[in-house]
Amino acid sequence: MSTKNNGFLQSLWDFFCSLKLAISLIITLAVTSIFGTIIKQGGTADELQREYSAGVIKLFSALDLFDMYHSWWFITILYLFTVNLTACSIKRLPRVWKLASTPTPILDNGLEKSLTNLYVFTAKGSSPQQLKERMTAFLKANFGDPTVTERDGEIHLFVQKSPYSRLGVYVVHLSIIVVFIGAIMGSLFGYKAYVNIPEGGDIDRVSTRNDKVIPLGFKLRCDKFTVTLYDTGAPKEFRSLLTVVDNGQEVIKQRPTIVNDPLTYKGITFYQSSYGPSGDATIHLTAKARNGAFATPMTLRQGESATLADGSKVQVVESTQEVGPMMPGFSGPAARVEYTPPGKAPQLFVVFKDFPNFDEQRGGAVIFTFDASDAKFFTGLQVAKDPGVGVVWLGCALMVIGICIAFFMSHKRIWIRITGARVVLGGSASKNPAGFGILFDALSEKLKKAENL
Amino acid sequence: MTSSLMFNVTTFAYLISMLLFFAFLASKSKIVGLGGSLVAYVGFIAQTVAIGLRWNESYVQGHGHAPLSNLYESVVFFSWTIILIFGILDMKYKYRIIGAFVIPFALLGMAWAQLSLESNIEPLVPALQSNWLLYHVITCFLGYACFAVACGISIMYLLKIKAESSDSNSAAGSIISSFPSARILDDMNYRAIMIGFPLLTLGIITGAAWANYAWGTYWSWDPKETWSLIVWFVYAAFLHARITRGWVGKRAAWLSIIGFAATIFCYLGVNLFLSGLHSYGGSR
Ligand code: HEM
Repeated sequence: MSTKNNGFLQSLWDFFCSLKLAISLIITLAVTSIFGTIIKQGGTADELQREYSAGVIKLFSALDLFDMYHSWWFITILYLFTVNLTACSIKRLPRVWKLASTPTPILDNGLEKSLTNLYVFTAKGSSPQQLKERMTAFLKANFGDPTVTERDGEIHLFVQKSPYSRLGVYVVHLSIIVVFIGAIMGSLFGYKAYVNIPEGGDIDRVSTRNDKVIPLGFKLRCDKFTVTLYDTGAPKEFRSLLTVVDNGQEVIKQRPTIVNDPLTYKGITFYQSSYGPSGDATIHLTAKARNGAFATPMTLRQGESATLADGSKVQVVESTQEVGPMMPGFSGPAARVEYTPPGKAPQLFVVFKDFPNFDEQRGGAVIFTFDASDAKFFTGLQVAKDPGVGVVWLGCALMVIGICIAFFMSHKRIWIRITGARVVLGGSASKNPAGFGILFDALSEKLKKAENL
Repeated sequence: MTSSLMFNVTTFAYLISMLLFFAFLASKSKIVGLGGSLVAYVGFIAQTVAIGLRWNESYVQGHGHAPLSNLYESVVFFSWTIILIFGILDMKYKYRIIGAFVIPFALLGMAWAQLSLESNIEPLVPALQSNWLLYHVITCFLGYACFAVACGISIMYLLKIKAESSDSNSAAGSIISSFPSARILDDMNYRAIMIGFPLLTLGIITGAAWANYAWGTYWSWDPKETWSLIVWFVYAAFLHARITRGWVGKRAAWLSIIGFAATIFCYLGVNLFLSGLHSYGGSR
């Protein structure tokens, strides 16, 4: 053990067992974490250029500050933290385990001196055996059933409560490591991706943020997507009806999927996250002769055209579900229509669903109305596969349980030592000395009463 | 009876309670101190009723949800939790005087909410329509409230040891002599954090569970998440610092104050200065 090498390993071990290192690392993590909340994380090159100067970008990039929570140095601190936590716990656990698992039924001189909670009295006129009976009964009635040990002419009574609560701290520390393991499992074996599915369409692969394509092994179809709004115009619900087709079988049929209620199939979860218009809405128009000669309904997609009985041509050039942003003062669905009477120049105008009489004012021989549109949406889904999540929750549960044990439970011990007529009541607790002091004082008060002192 | 009337009663009660506690500091009259506590409890009951009424009003308006969905409602709830934690400590440990340093936080919250925050009941956007909102917000704010109380106690601690070291006979010195002893304040600081820390831990975990349920990622280093972790780290450092000798007392008190400053930044600063997923108080 005296070689230089061992000396080095020993000091490395001591370094990692130190609680000072733990506090330093915890504070370092806290302070460095702040950077990432101030500096924009994961922005595109364009976004960064808008916000920072070239020199700053170069410096921050060199330090990985634009993606700092995944940077080598932040991960290194996390690893140091884990090693520190493990070493510290390994070093202390055996001693604490021994304290918890081996009772100390004998209150000897050394232990007696170390206790702050003591009550000593002399019981005249009772033999040690009588005292033993009385004290055993007393402890049984007021604290717990004692073990009795007779040694060197002395009688020792001992009761303890929740000795294993001493291990609470280690449960907490273990739980942190369990959470880390879960997180690492997720990053190794899982992925985060997204996919857009048009209404009626289906997909069998998704793409990650770095545009890696991942096959799902089954098909996911969006049968319908709807948005509902509150009176105020704020969104109330985004709802996709999703169907899973696996091996040609519809294994999940038209499952409504909304924000806060994702769909999971074969460990892959789909979260409602965005939506948008999916190009080809079909539009129902009616072309009506002003003189009432005809009224022709037609159904067109964007870019499609139809020919009326008189040989004129109608085309939907473009359409939108919400015209407001483009044409202030108007709202709702609208379509730009190109109307070409036979042998004449094309006319271009807009028809609005919410303003059915608008086209009359154009003064043409044929009046168009926008009757309805079958708006098509696409639904935007986040896709996640994370086989580590269960482990993370296990760690979290352990952490809460461990913290509660560490803070709110205490290994309490009570001794009574009978030496002739001298009786010593002693007690100690692993936690909350003030609270235990009160409990102990009440106990000695009771003993005093019981013994008529 | 409307919730806004009851909220006014609440604010007024906390104001009176604070003034009584200040009078208690100066006079050391037990009756005045008891009055301070009682008025605070009256305010607490009024506030509880008000929150219940507001909850009911949201149902009457047709989009019923728990009153925990915007900045106004969260500040009101924060102030309610502060009084709750104060009440628990007051009943359990009987060091009433800490009210003088804790009630002002609750009053400040109520006054700010009443005077300058938008108090309309809004329907919930899809992202907030989840029971996790309830678990997450309640645990977080109970934790925050413990830290507010611990911060008040730490300020008292620092004043106390300063007065003891300068051992003056000034008016301030005599007020401070009515504080509990430095040892007790130090212990109370620890106790408040000991309740707050598990609650904050639960708050972070329920937040992560919710994020996982709503978006598929339990942790995305969003600024609010990161700041809650920073707060958690500060208090973890506090707890460990107590175990190594020499880090009780003054340094522990400072850590507790820094921890509460970080808490407030996590709660308000993140929304005012940084951008992210959490919508309280944001411009969205
Ligand atoms: C580098 C990381 C860490 C190290 C080396 C470390 C080490 C220690 C040590 C040596 C103790 C004293 C155990 C005893 O009394 O025998 C302790 C207590 C404790 N640790 Fe840690 N710890 C670390 C991180 C954490 C973290 C992140 C938490 C967060 C939950 C935590 C929670 C606790 C708790 C709750 C206690 C008990 C405190 C008390 O009794 O007041 N530890 N830790």
